[in-house]
Amino acid sequence: MTKKEILVLEDLLGSNKKIAADIRNQLSKKGILAVNLLSSPGAGKTMLLEKLSEVLKPDYKMAVIEGDIETERDAERIRAKGIPAWQIMTGGACHLEAKMIGRLFPDIPADLDFLFIENVGNLVCPASFDLGEHLRCVLLSTPEGDDKPKKYPKAFITSDSLIISKSDLVSILPFDIERVSKEALEMNPRLEIFVLSSLNGDGIKELSDYFIQALHKLRSDHA
Amino acid sequence: MHELSLITNLFDILEKQANDKNAKKIVHVKLQVGVLSGAVPELLESAFDIYKKDTIAREAAITIEKVPLKMDCKDCKAELISNDYILTCSQCGSSNLKTIAGTELILEKIELEI
Repeated sequence: MTKKEILVLEDLLGSNKKIAADIRNQLSKKGILAVNLLSSPGAGKTMLLEKLSEVLKPDYKMAVIEGDIETERDAERIRAKGIPAWQIMTGGACHLEAKMIGRLFPDIPADLDFLFIENVGNLVCPASFDLGEHLRCVLLSTPEGDDKPKKYPKAFITSDSLIISKSDLVSILPFDIERVSKEALEMNPRLEIFVLSSLNGDGIKELSDYFIQALHKLRSDHA
Repeated sequence: MHELSLITNLFDILEKQANDKNAKKIVHVKLQVGVLSGAVPELLESAFDIYKKDTIAREAAITIEKVPLKMDCKDCKAELISNDYILTCSQCGSSNLKTIAGTELILEKIELEI
């Protein structure tokens, strides 16, 4: 019996990264912009998608992949808006992985403009898994408190944009938008910050313009 | 708690390595885990001990090296180590930083019995 030490240097997320890169590449070639939405449960991801669908639907085709531990509820809400939606029930897993998106790939229409992926509500685990998205957006709702970026660093550091949701409540809550923006930008200076309310519609247009701009950029980069 | 999912990936790699090298068993596994990897070393250890039963690594010990967040400032060339996730240069205030280490989640090496 001999003992032997082997240098491996292999990434534990290597297989996820490879599948994600392949998904991103295929979506880019089709000119579909994929957006991964991260937040804690109840920050307003589904309602934001409902509102975005009203703004985008006249001119753009969108579809939604919903990640939840159980139930079809979110996908049903999106379908009620006339938007194709697929529900991934993780059965207990706290995040989506690229291979789960890959399995749905054959069903995704090639003529889409936007593919939104609503991750499982959790500010920790989803941050480690690339799903093949072009943009990662983290939502933070005002009732959650303005101290969250430093407490959940990875979600804020790996995102392209921060969406502060439920802005209609800010007048009655001790939530300082400037504090949160400053703290988030210290951790990730490239973050684009949006403040919006899906309830009264404030800021929805600015966010949809941001996605439309990113779609045009993706298509000109891959023309 | 996504550490079990990461450990599942680790065992895919371990089994392939053991097969390629015709190993009888794996006796030691060494990981490098960055502070910004999103994984908790203690939970990785627990997940490893749960998962290893009935595998080629059932007798293996695991060692995890925690890697701090290291960055280079591209403007003033300072080398920075951040413990508070502030990604601006403490010397010149620039946000033009390059991450050198601290995000990795790597199987560095293994020890086999052949």
